[in-house]
Amino acid sequence: MKYFPLLWAGLWRRRGSTVLTLLSVIFAFALFGLLHGFSAALDGIIDAMSDTRLRTMSRVNITQPLPLAHRARMQTVPGVDEVSYYNFFAGYYQDRSNSVQVGAIDVASFNVVYPDIKIEPQYVDAMLHTRNGALVGEDLAAARGWKIGDRIPLGSAVWTRKDGTESWDFEIVGSYRSPSGKVPTSELWINYDYFDEARAAANGTVTLYFVKIHDSASAAAISERIDGLFANSTNETQTQSEKDWVRAQIAQIGDIGFFVNAIIAAVMFALLFVTGNTMMQSVRARIPELAVLKTYGFGDTAVMCLVLGESVLLCSVAAALGIGIAAVISPPIYREFGAGGLNLPLPVVAAGIGLAVVFAIVSAAVPALRAQRLSIVDALAGR
Amino acid sequence: MSAFRQISSVTAMNLRSMPQRIGSSSVIVVGIAGVVAVMLSIFALTRSLSDAVLATGSPDRAIVLRAGATGEFSSTLLVDAVATIKDAPGIARGADGKPAATADFVAAVNLFRKEDGARAGLAVRGVDPAIMAVRPELEIVAGRSFTPGLRELIVGRSALEEFKDVGVGDSVALRDGRWTVVGVFESGRDANESSLMTDAATLLSAYQRTAVNSVTVRLASPNAFEEFKTALTTNPTLSVSVERETEFYRRASKDANQIFGIVGIAVGIFMGLGAVFAALNTMYSAVSVRTREIATLRAIGFGAAGVVVSVLVEALLLALIGAAIGAAISWLLFNGNTVTLGDSTGSMVFDMQVTPALLLLGVLLACSVGFIGGLLPAVRAARLPVATALRAV
Repeated sequence: MKYFPLLWAGLWRRRGSTVLTLLSVIFAFALFGLLHGFSAALDGIIDAMSDTRLRTMSRVNITQPLPLAHRARMQTVPGVDEVSYYNFFAGYYQDRSNSVQVGAIDVASFNVVYPDIKIEPQYVDAMLHTRNGALVGEDLAAARGWKIGDRIPLGSAVWTRKDGTESWDFEIVGSYRSPSGKVPTSELWINYDYFDEARAAANGTVTLYFVKIHDSASAAAISERIDGLFANSTNETQTQSEKDWVRAQIAQIGDIGFFVNAIIAAVMFALLFVTGNTMMQSVRARIPELAVLKTYGFGDTAVMCLVLGESVLLCSVAAALGIGIAAVISPPIYREFGAGGLNLPLPVVAAGIGLAVVFAIVSAAVPALRAQRLSIVDALAGR
Repeated sequence: MSAFRQISSVTAMNLRSMPQRIGSSSVIVVGIAGVVAVMLSIFALTRSLSDAVLATGSPDRAIVLRAGATGEFSSTLLVDAVATIKDAPGIARGADGKPAATADFVAAVNLFRKEDGARAGLAVRGVDPAIMAVRPELEIVAGRSFTPGLRELIVGRSALEEFKDVGVGDSVALRDGRWTVVGVFESGRDANESSLMTDAATLLSAYQRTAVNSVTVRLASPNAFEEFKTALTTNPTLSVSVERETEFYRRASKDANQIFGIVGIAVGIFMGLGAVFAALNTMYSAVSVRTREIATLRAIGFGAAGVVVSVLVEALLLALIGAAIGAAISWLLFNGNTVTLGDSTGSMVFDMQVTPALLLLGVLLACSVGFIGGLLPAVRAARLPVATALRAV
């Protein structure tokens, strides 16, 4: 610690160069935080998914609805605790381009299947007693400023009502949240019964089923049993654990990981050049000063550590600032991708700082060795 | 000595001394190469995607959706409406005298990609027999077309290249059982080529549906659009929206590019700023190395202009070298790569192209970074107080 003022003074010896290096490293690490943070956030979503919950949907495609009658047969499969269901609503608010994620659910069974989502008992009760009631996710409520008691008129891009209109009115009677913070809460949930009775087409069908099972080890066997029930029917099913399903959804988008890593590699390579060069120049300019330090009795190793220390200080301060920027602007970007409410994962911060230290040492290695080997006489003589 | 000769001789002298600063110069080159490689790759991806989507539309076709629908999946048209639409004026006639119009029903099926084995959606488009009159670019290149009434499909070449088990003779499980692939079609690698096609009526009955998603017509001429649109939108029995097909796909490509646009802009801003600061750093140090030289030149009567230009030219030259390296990396890695993007409702197969226009964009980007990075150091070089500078060294 007592060497800190010396490190600090060394860094500010060439003020302009230090500030510019600091800035380029800040932006590099902001980018690292954004990109690595994004792929880590996706992994986080997968991890948060349960493997004691299965999803059953049409084998052909998720756009193909399944009859609600499947539920009773699925409940007979041994090892199944409860079966709940969900129907996409394709909602929008005021304008078609302003989409709102809305799902029609059965609150009572949903609450059993999703213990990791918290709905206060009085809200469950209110949903059961208000046909056009709706539960708003905490993130959605925050983003739109909706609160309990509000009446929300929504349109649906897909569903027309039996009376021929497209507008649906919902009354927010409660909210739900994710105590672990890992499940996005950016949807509005409405009563399936009310929705199904009012819609003009596809009555008595659902988009997908949620199946709660006892034991994650039997997930594959139970999935097979369920799909076996409907094999060779017009409504064949495909059942997967929630974790596998989400992983498959993310894989469908394309190879994100490759692009992210390629960009990070390009940025980091360029960064190594910038910092390495700055440190090299800084040492070159200060050779007489380092020689003076050695004259005062600083050992070779101590001088080498001073040079390394400057680099580590510069890089870690810059990395901290850069990742700070990423942490501030990440949540709104995640929201654009439909993952509102997620924050920059903490391990990314740790990885960033760790990476910064490694970078600092690698890029300062050559100048540090040069400083270590410096001969006092030659250096002071300007040779 | 004329100002021009002064500038050119100082610049030439500076360029000759550049190899001495190769270490710090490489910072600007590597920084800019990184920015250009990454930005060109992202732009090539978005550009190629929207080109493929845009290629699907033709100005002499119009698409009819339910009023207010944003896309085919959110639109339904009942049989009566379809008949009325097909009778509207302005539609071209096929060889058989029937209107060149097709009422499409779009479903989707889960298949496996060849590349990574991932399950992905592929569109299954039910079309009318008049499809060839509506889309003359459609060409059967292997096997034959589907027979209405039978469970037969034809597969687009793009879909065939990227998905497993969709070759001629293979069967695909749809809602009511297995359908046989009987032919392969090409349509200029547009969005349709990433789909399966079959007879609309046969597909509708298999899915127990009665409504289609859209009606696409070929117009008698591109100018017939207004006549066609007016006839439909003023018809009180219809509630539809009519769009020229080019416009419809322009909107679709915008949606498809929105996500990549956000990523591209974010990455571009951060990498660009990082590169600007790296360039400033390099050029400041280049100027400081040249302090004695610049001061000497000024002392013997050279003007500030020559010094400024020499620094800017150096920065721009380094930026151009960086741009060339970055563009080469992006071109080697990505030009001609086949990319598949999609979700559960359909996929889009297209080829990435690093076009000359994009390369030019890369050069412009590099030059702006180089110019900004060179400007401030150039000004400092010009303002160098001669006496102090000479004494300092």
